[in-house]
Amino acid sequence: MKVGVVTFPGSLDDVDARRAVRIGGHEAVALWHGDHDLRGVDAVVLPGGFSYGDYLRCGAISRFAPVMTEVVAAAGRGMPVLGICNGFQILCESHLLPGALVRNDHQRFVCRDQRLRIENVATPWTASYADGQEVTVVLKNGEGGFVADVDTLDRLEGEGRVVARYLDQNPNGSLRDIAGITNERGNVVGLMPHPEHAVEALTGAGTDGLGFFTSLAAAAFAS
Amino acid sequence: MPKVVVDVMPKPEILDPQGKAVLGALPRLGFDGVADVRQGKRFELDFEGEVTDAVLAEVRDMAEKLLSNPVIEDFTVRVEDSAR
Repeated sequence: MKVGVVTFPGSLDDVDARRAVRIGGHEAVALWHGDHDLRGVDAVVLPGGFSYGDYLRCGAISRFAPVMTEVVAAAGRGMPVLGICNGFQILCESHLLPGALVRNDHQRFVCRDQRLRIENVATPWTASYADGQEVTVVLKNGEGGFVADVDTLDRLEGEGRVVARYLDQNPNGSLRDIAGITNERGNVVGLMPHPEHAVEALTGAGTDGLGFFTSLAAAAFAS
Repeated sequence: MPKVVVDVMPKPEILDPQGKAVLGALPRLGFDGVADVRQGKRFELDFEGEVTDAVLAEVRDMAEKLLSNPVIEDFTVRVEDSAR
């Protein structure tokens, strides 16, 4: 499959994301924030970083980048979209996902290997995992606290839309230890930790993150 | 030049770690008696012409769409007297 990775001004993890896409067995297509088309890709990754310097709010300016108009439209048609870290923030600001991400409750940037439990394996980004599988990937954020009102949280939990949850310790004050969620349709996933940094044994926290990039193929074969 | 001010504040139920950090720093500087601090943002929008109700409605639209995130923030819009 062709997987587009968007580079915004201030994106940091776009190159790692493209590499993870290739290691996952797909063709990585570099997309630019100013693009008005998605170059025929089958899926899109919004990578981590500090797009537009996190000015105003994380993701608030990126949401209005020309390419996001195309991403929002494609997501509405069911295209798989994965937002990692800053990408998750952009998805929330774009209203593709509910809730918001706010400054870590302890006020410090956190960077560590983080254990997660994958709780929804029905998305095109998590189909490679076993239900309830525990994985360790890199986590690094300053504004990673997931917040939403109680009704939204209850709905996310009730509909099985919590994709991943923090284990051992909550690194950023996210409500109900939520590390990642999906939309109603299940094609859009936002994740605060970084699976793209855990795809090779040589670097990072092992290869547990690779499943997010091999899942696209598994999901395609299943459908 | 007429100025419209938009104040954006974190909703009361949203934890404000920045405000908490400021609150924690105040007693260390000898400022006692502050019970709570919330930190927000202030936007000043200058307009060439008169600030009509239509302009204010448009500012509210801006505040909803860009200046604030309604999930976590509240905002107020007011015209600032520039006669001084």
